[in-house]
Amino acid sequence: MESCPTVKSILLLDSEGKRVAVKYYTDDWSTHSAKLAFEKSVFTKTQKTNARNEAEIVMFDGYIVVYKFIQDLHFFLIGGDDENELILAAVLQGFFDAVGLLLRNNVDKKSALENLDLILLCLDEIVDRGIILETEGSVIAGKVATSGLDSAGSLTEQTISQALATAREHLARSLLK
Amino acid sequence: MAEPLVKKDDDRDDEDYSPFLGIEKGAVLQEARVFNDPQLDARRCSQVITKLLYLLNQGETFTKVEATEVFFAVTKLFQSKDTGLRRMVYLMIKELSPSADEVIIVTSSLMKDMNSKTDMYRANAIRVLCRITDGTLLTQIERYLKQAIVDKNPVVASAALVSGIHLLQTNPEIVKRWSNEVQEAVQSRAALVQFHALALLHQIRQNDRLAVSKLVTSLTRGSVRSPLAQCLLIRYTSQVIRESSMNMQTGDRPFFDFLEACLRHKAEMVIFEAARAITELSGVTSRELTPAITVLQLFLSSSKPVLRFAAVRTLNKVAMTHPLAVTNCNIDMESLISDQNRSIATLAITTLLKTGNESSVDRLMKQITNFMSDIADEFKIVVVEAIRSLCLKFPLKYRSLMNFLSSILREEGGFDYKKAIVDSIVILIRDIPEAKESGLFHLCEFIEDCEFTYLSTQILHFLGNEGPKTSDPSKYIRYIYNRVILENATVRASAVSTLAKFGAFVDSLKPRIFVLLRRCLYDSDDEVRDRATLYLNMIGGDGLVGETDKDVKEFLFGSLDVPLVNLETSLRNYESSEEPFDISTVPKEVKSQPHAEKKAPGKKPTGLGAPTTGPTSAVDSYEKLLLSIPEFAGFGELFKSSAPVELTEAETEYAVNVVKHIYDGHVVFQYNCTNTIPEQLLENVTVFVDASEAEEFSEVASKPLRTLPYDSPGQSFVAFEKPEGVPAVGKFSNLLKFIVKEVDPATGEADEEGVEDEYQLEDLEVVAADYMLKVGVSNFKNAWDNMGADCERVDEYGLGVRESLAEAVSAAINILGMQTCEGTDVVPSNARSHTCLLSGVFIGNVKVLARISFGIDGPKQVAMKLAVRSEDQAVSDAIHEIVANG
Repeated sequence: MESCPTVKSILLLDSEGKRVAVKYYTDDWSTHSAKLAFEKSVFTKTQKTNARNEAEIVMFDGYIVVYKFIQDLHFFLIGGDDENELILAAVLQGFFDAVGLLLRNNVDKKSALENLDLILLCLDEIVDRGIILETEGSVIAGKVATSGLDSAGSLTEQTISQALATAREHLARSLLK
Repeated sequence: MAEPLVKKDDDRDDEDYSPFLGIEKGAVLQEARVFNDPQLDARRCSQVITKLLYLLNQGETFTKVEATEVFFAVTKLFQSKDTGLRRMVYLMIKELSPSADEVIIVTSSLMKDMNSKTDMYRANAIRVLCRITDGTLLTQIERYLKQAIVDKNPVVASAALVSGIHLLQTNPEIVKRWSNEVQEAVQSRAALVQFHALALLHQIRQNDRLAVSKLVTSLTRGSVRSPLAQCLLIRYTSQVIRESSMNMQTGDRPFFDFLEACLRHKAEMVIFEAARAITELSGVTSRELTPAITVLQLFLSSSKPVLRFAAVRTLNKVAMTHPLAVTNCNIDMESLISDQNRSIATLAITTLLKTGNESSVDRLMKQITNFMSDIADEFKIVVVEAIRSLCLKFPLKYRSLMNFLSSILREEGGFDYKKAIVDSIVILIRDIPEAKESGLFHLCEFIEDCEFTYLSTQILHFLGNEGPKTSDPSKYIRYIYNRVILENATVRASAVSTLAKFGAFVDSLKPRIFVLLRRCLYDSDDEVRDRATLYLNMIGGDGLVGETDKDVKEFLFGSLDVPLVNLETSLRNYESSEEPFDISTVPKEVKSQPHAEKKAPGKKPTGLGAPTTGPTSAVDSYEKLLLSIPEFAGFGELFKSSAPVELTEAETEYAVNVVKHIYDGHVVFQYNCTNTIPEQLLENVTVFVDASEAEEFSEVASKPLRTLPYDSPGQSFVAFEKPEGVPAVGKFSNLLKFIVKEVDPATGEADEEGVEDEYQLEDLEVVAADYMLKVGVSNFKNAWDNMGADCERVDEYGLGVRESLAEAVSAAINILGMQTCEGTDVVPSNARSHTCLLSGVFIGNVKVLARISFGIDGPKQVAMKLAVRSEDQAVSDAIHEIVANG
């Protein structure tokens, strides 16, 4: 309880429970198969719920899972069972909003995979080895968009999309040749 | 948004979306050669890195060589000025987590970035460098990190602070020197910087109660802006409250005002954190609880599921200790029973069950009945448990609760759920006498149509114990005998036993039971027939002489006073001979199973499982264990068993340690294996030992472990022959071989097919100390004089340059493995010389005494004079040889 709020894992899965991008910050799941089994149970336990408007929450096996779906993407954030649920939800929302901004509201699996570099950078800017770095979606997106950092925190959505436009010129339009 | 793609097979459909379709590790590694191009194509390089990261993210692993190659190639990319590419390079380095000697390659590039004019470079370089660095490098960059903490750019400051939090685990003494800077950062205007600074500052000072208290005192006066930092402050405040005492005059808690003020904060996460902190105060009063409950109550009707969940979960906990405080929320709680989110609904129900009074039970049960059908089994179990405790609280309501349990028992459900219900009914039967008859009747109904053999047999056993004591035992016979006709052999056998119990305890039923038991003599299953025969003969009473009725009952139905595990091993070792098996020889102590116990802390056995617990002494006798293995029985007396030596790193897939058992002419390695992967079952586990570096040893026997399920340790043994009485030493390399089978975590069932696999363990050495028993003597001088100088040998040795005298002494003691006497293992600091007295018993049961005099000179050269006395000259020489070789 005295400790800093921590995130145990962030999962971005598709509508069949397959990985788009995942991050684990603890050794609770030490092997690859343990991770896959965990992802499977998270996915199946939440599959039938409607988490498209408000973030939903479920608790099992001593973990709190907050999650939100959009199109064919399932966003999950996992914390320990004595964590403040609202903090976890705030981080999830930050991730969700940042991805929305980075993918220009065209959030689905296809575009997430085509911009996987942005998704991975985004994860990198949200949590550092379990410690929350930032919860504000626009700030996260601003940091991912390369030139945005110097004015981080004061970005409006307008400047973000500009920043993104330049960033995306640098970064891959598509990973396929 | 659907792409006008050519229609393919349905199952391939989703893969068409992926730009990574058909990606292959080898090809991507080939592509990574573009990193070496003299003219770097930044976009191309970014794409390749993304592909590499994609592979890693999908669980692909790189071999050591591949990882090193990629790492070196990636370091070349620092030449590019492209910022986007640089970000990807940072990510890649973090993913590869390079080894110490590789880190050096990127250190200078990263340090350059740390001092760059671009803030983004600085922030990221700090995070990467701190992640991969070790202590020595840290001192070099410490200066920059301290500056970064107070940097005006919040991202740079946060990067340094967060890195500090991680580094505190590994290099606390360095990070602690940053207190002043961190203190300054706590006052930062940037929200997240404040949060990170506060977290780090608290961790630096967490062992200093006074400092934490001061920190809390100054910050609670209101300079914290960020909600996250405020949550932290609430946590630290409750810690201070816990450790300080109440103000005696006013009865007020220190800092309670602060917590209460946080309930009016604008951020929900802070309000909730404060409310939760108040409910968790030790000895919280209802006056203190009221404001917290009020805000939680508001959350109950929020439109956000997370908020409702957080509130209802907290209130549920409060209801355990202060049910009255929560009753105000009952109306909101009842509306949550129909919540879309089933976790919330379940928590609401169980809270209501805890706070409900006797008059509301019937209404609640009605609501729950409607709700049960559409929640998952695990929630149903929670509800069943809540109902069980409610019933114990209001015994008068047993009728409606029992009816509820029996009705859900008839519905569909998995094993755990059904077991929870059956357990509850059993507990109610035990604790509420009036409930017995109806409860038993419900259980009888249940076994009429029960698909779980385990539950059927347990219920039959329970029926046998309780049924004969009811007013009309005969009405149960029909249910029991139906099992004999309809069920599988296991259930039939247990039904036969139950019938016999009725026969033995209810005289009026005896003749009828005998008729039924005689029919069982023609059963197709051995066990069923055997049991029927046994019972007919024993209870029939005409066959045996001298046995009283009581003895017979005790023999047939009394509890077994030895643990079943021990009985099983003894029976397995029993070789059929003239001598009948004697149950009194079975050891009664239970072998410790630390892992199993750790898994269920404080879980009291309840219900059907309860009576089976045996004594739980943790005496672990290697000797008994080894004796029980016939292959090793001929090795004679066990001389010594070493302490377990770990052969795997902590937290690997398979944890193995080894105990070396020394016999006169043999050595047995006992490999204690633990499988830490829930999805695997290992079979036929052997340790393949390569003794090529242990010339005097030859393998004589190996005893594989048949199965190694998840988290229940088992042993595999390998035995070696060695020259008798000789302290042979050697090095053994170990390879764990096994057949691995996938286990479905949901059902716990293993696949039929297994795959052979192996796992490299660390090497194991048999050293001279293994042949020495630490046996002390009370008076060394007496013992020394009595031993006499007949077999004495004295020699001098140079130990070379040593760190200190103490270090040399402990090294010599370790090599010999003897017991130090009269506290001579302690070397006074600054001593120039020291004498150490040792005693022990060497293999062959030869007493050995040793007196070692150490001396150290200016340049730390240590010399040692070793005098050994023993009962055998050869042994004295052997001891000297150990030292000479060590």
